[in-house]
Amino acid sequence: MIPISWYLLLSAALFCLGVVGFLIKRNLITVFMSIELMLNGVNLSFVAFAHQWHLVKGQIFVFFVMVVAAAEAAVGLAIIIAVFRARSTLAVDRIDLMKL
Amino acid sequence: MHLILFIVFAGLCLAGAMNLLLQTHPINSALSLVVVMTSLAVLYLLLGAEFLAIAQIIVYAGAIMVLFTFVVMLLNAGREERTLGSRAGKMIGFPAVAVFLGVIATVILKAQNLGSVALSDPITSTEDLSRVLFHELLLPFEVTSVLILVAILGAVALARAGSGERRVSK
Repeated sequence: MIPISWYLLLSAALFCLGVVGFLIKRNLITVFMSIELMLNGVNLSFVAFAHQWHLVKGQIFVFFVMVVAAAEAAVGLAIIIAVFRARSTLAVDRIDLMKL
Repeated sequence: MHLILFIVFAGLCLAGAMNLLLQTHPINSALSLVVVMTSLAVLYLLLGAEFLAIAQIIVYAGAIMVLFTFVVMLLNAGREERTLGSRAGKMIGFPAVAVFLGVIATVILKAQNLGSVALSDPITSTEDLSRVLFHELLLPFEVTSVLILVAILGAVALARAGSGERRVSK
C-alpha cells in the first residue's frame, strides 16, 4: 500500500526538473526535451488521480496529451531543422533575431 | 513488493531526469529521457493503467524519442556551450521553481482524503477505456485525428528542403 501522494510528489518533482531544464539548458533540442519531461510529469498525476477516483476519463485525457505531444514533437523538430538551416546553430543564445 | 517497485522506478525516473539536466551532449540527454519514460510506463502499470503503459512505451519511448535522436544525429548537434545564458532566468527562475515545488508539496501533503494504491486494485482494461473513448468521446477523438493530419502537413511544409534558406537569401 502506497499513499497516492507519493505519486503526486514524484509528478511535481518531474515537472519542476523539466522547468529547471527549460531554464538552464542552452541547446534548442534539450530545451524541447525538457518540455516533454514536463508533459510526462503532468501525465503521471493524471493517471494517479484517475486511479484515486476510479474514473476512466482521466486516463483518456492522458491519451489525448500523448497525441498532442506527438504532434508537437513532429512540428517542433521540423521548426528546429528549419532554424538550423537558416542560422546553422542550435544554441538558443545565438537565435536572437527578434531580441531588442 | 509494490513499495520496492515504486522506489526502484521512481528513483530511476528522478535519476534520469537529473541526468538529462547534467549531461552536455544532447544524445545523452535523449537517452536519459528514454529511461524516464520507460520507468514512467512501469509506474502507470502499478496504477492499473495497462493501455497507457504500453502506449507510453510505443509512442513516447519509441516514436517520439526516435524522432529526437534522429534530429540530433541529422543536425550533428555537438556539445553544448556553457554560456552565461539569461541571468534573469537563473536569478528569478530557480527561486520561483523552488517556491512552486514547495507550494505543491505542502498542498499534496496536507490533503486529507487521498487514497492509497495497492497491487490488488482492479486495473482499467483496454475494453473499458475504449468503450468510453468511442462512445462518449468520439468527437474529440476524431478532432485529434485532424490535429495529427495538420501536424504531418505542417512538419512536411516546414522541413522541406530550402524552405527557410531560400526565402532569407531572396
